[in-house]
Amino acid sequence: MSRIAATFARLKAEGRVAFMPFLTVGFPHRESTLELVPALEAAGAAMFELGVPFSDPLADGATIQRASQRALDNGVTFAFCLETVAALRSRGVQAPLLLMGYYNPLLRYGIERACADLAAAGGDGWIIPDLPPEEAAELQQAATNHGLDFIMFATPTTPDARMAEVARLASGFIYCVSLTGVTGARRDLNPELDGFLARVRQHTSLPLVVGFGISTAAHVARVARIADGAIVASALIDHIERLPDDQVVPGAVAFVQNLLA
Amino acid sequence: MLQLEEKQIAGRFGPYGGRYIPETLVPAVSSLEAAYAAVHEDPDFWAELEHLHRTYTGRPTALSFARRLTEHCGGAQIFLKREDLAHTGAHKINNALGQGLLAKRMGKRRIIAETGAGQHGVATATVCALLGLECVVYMGVDDMARQRPNVFRMRLLGAEVRGVSSGSRTLKDAINEAMRDWVTNPESYYLLGSALGPHPYPTMVRDFQSVIGREARQQMLDATGALPDVVVACVGGGSNAIGIFHPFLDDAGVALRGVEAGGRGNLLGDHAARFLAASPGVLQGTFSYVLQNDDGQIALTHSVSAGLDYASVGPEHAWLHDTGRASYTSANDDEALDAFQKLAHMEGIIPALETAHAIAEVLKLAPTMRPDQRILVNLSGRGDKDIFTVAEVLKDELRMEM
Repeated sequence: MSRIAATFARLKAEGRVAFMPFLTVGFPHRESTLELVPALEAAGAAMFELGVPFSDPLADGATIQRASQRALDNGVTFAFCLETVAALRSRGVQAPLLLMGYYNPLLRYGIERACADLAAAGGDGWIIPDLPPEEAAELQQAATNHGLDFIMFATPTTPDARMAEVARLASGFIYCVSLTGVTGARRDLNPELDGFLARVRQHTSLPLVVGFGISTAAHVARVARIADGAIVASALIDHIERLPDDQVVPGAVAFVQNLLA
Repeated sequence: MLQLEEKQIAGRFGPYGGRYIPETLVPAVSSLEAAYAAVHEDPDFWAELEHLHRTYTGRPTALSFARRLTEHCGGAQIFLKREDLAHTGAHKINNALGQGLLAKRMGKRRIIAETGAGQHGVATATVCALLGLECVVYMGVDDMARQRPNVFRMRLLGAEVRGVSSGSRTLKDAINEAMRDWVTNPESYYLLGSALGPHPYPTMVRDFQSVIGREARQQMLDATGALPDVVVACVGGGSNAIGIFHPFLDDAGVALRGVEAGGRGNLLGDHAARFLAASPGVLQGTFSYVLQNDDGQIALTHSVSAGLDYASVGPEHAWLHDTGRASYTSANDDEALDAFQKLAHMEGIIPALETAHAIAEVLKLAPTMRPDQRILVNLSGRGDKDIFTVAEVLKDELRMEM
């Protein structure tokens, strides 16, 4: 059983859902991720989506664009992201670690090499927002060969027939995009989220993890009632961005504790 | 039922092209593909477009023999395909009008566009005014500064121009922002301005721009009784070039020559010569040649012309390059500025700075050819929009002349 599947099985037995913070690797400082991930795991995070920075993140709103640029300014590369995963494992992090990034840096690094190296580093899968299933066959095959999950998306605009096909090809979990838009903190969740998740659920028994716009403890609590996991990205990055340098780790921990309260 | 395996080959030019987009956009792009496939087979659609081109765009555009430029070069005869005479002053109207009619047929009310030099933005704003559609144009703030006249024109035409200050603040960033708008508003129509982006755009834009090459091919036959030996066009995203090249693809005796922006030097970041320094990669929905660093981050680019200042190139050009059917070279900023002035002085035509890159290549090529040979160059746009930029660069020289 993959680490992702095992984690969902364990959480289910405990009656909990997976809380999954998003952190841009090397943000706000080059080494920050090495401290943030263990601290947030201790605070209750069950899995991590680690962002590989890209110069042109076209599915991301202003917050993650800024974090991505700052990480690039900090000298973060694709290889550094893989090294970060390996370093987190050597520091005892148990939670599944997924790398989220745009396709070009991965393609440049090499599909086979990227999968081999992520697996060797102790990573668990890929989330690639500009790689729909039609273009993903090669990466998905390589990921499978190395025991990694290639995470697929369902969105409110995905028609039922396509959702069935996505569900057939998916592994790990389905990343359910809560809204029609780019990433970014929002005041309110999509009022049609329940119906959307019910529609996805018709097509799959895989865990459903909701992302985009989840910003408050109330949002997390609501998602927890209807899904198997919740991703908090921009709201966390926004918060970290405002913290003084010496408060990054305790400030992020307090923010996550508040979200899970 | 969806056949993902089969769909993988749609919209490919050899290995290039494809559809690398967020899942949210897949249904919107698929319905665009279906709508375009439907009008492609609909003679009424093409008749309506042809009628508007004749009565509104001013097509067919003229073919001019550049007598003084030919004499100056002392070699091949030079012919100019006058897209600068099309309404709004560039070839961009060909695509904007075609896609505008398609959007109208799809029942769309709101149009999103990006623009580099502003020519596509002006063409889109014009078509939206003509067809009664809402228009939002994204433009890098650096491009807004250097193409001020076009910003004003778009606003006069009723478009909302939104400045983009992320990244390099040029065309690439305007496309990112337009795609973010589209992800947020997938019911809007994204009127992409070049032969770039996810399938079906590279094919559709090429089809709408091929009117240039079809007309020019016949005009060359009518005027000279023969096809040209070489066809030259500047290549940013590559829509004017693919438009004039495409109808000549089967004419084995006609060489095709694309001219990229050589900028101010050969270092990454100082130019936009993709075929000089780029490697295959994925940017903004398509697999093509991309200027990037060793880590796959997209490089900054530089060109005196905003319309050529882009890190990737249309996927069909990548394929034409690899197969050798077309060849690609570059002209730097200084060569383009020199060609800009020569065409103005010798032919009474002020070309767009983008177009001036193609003229610069003609100035190099023509003297190496025989007087019985012919060069056809796509005069893709006029240069009124560039006079402030050129005045800035040339101010010392102009002062000396005064």
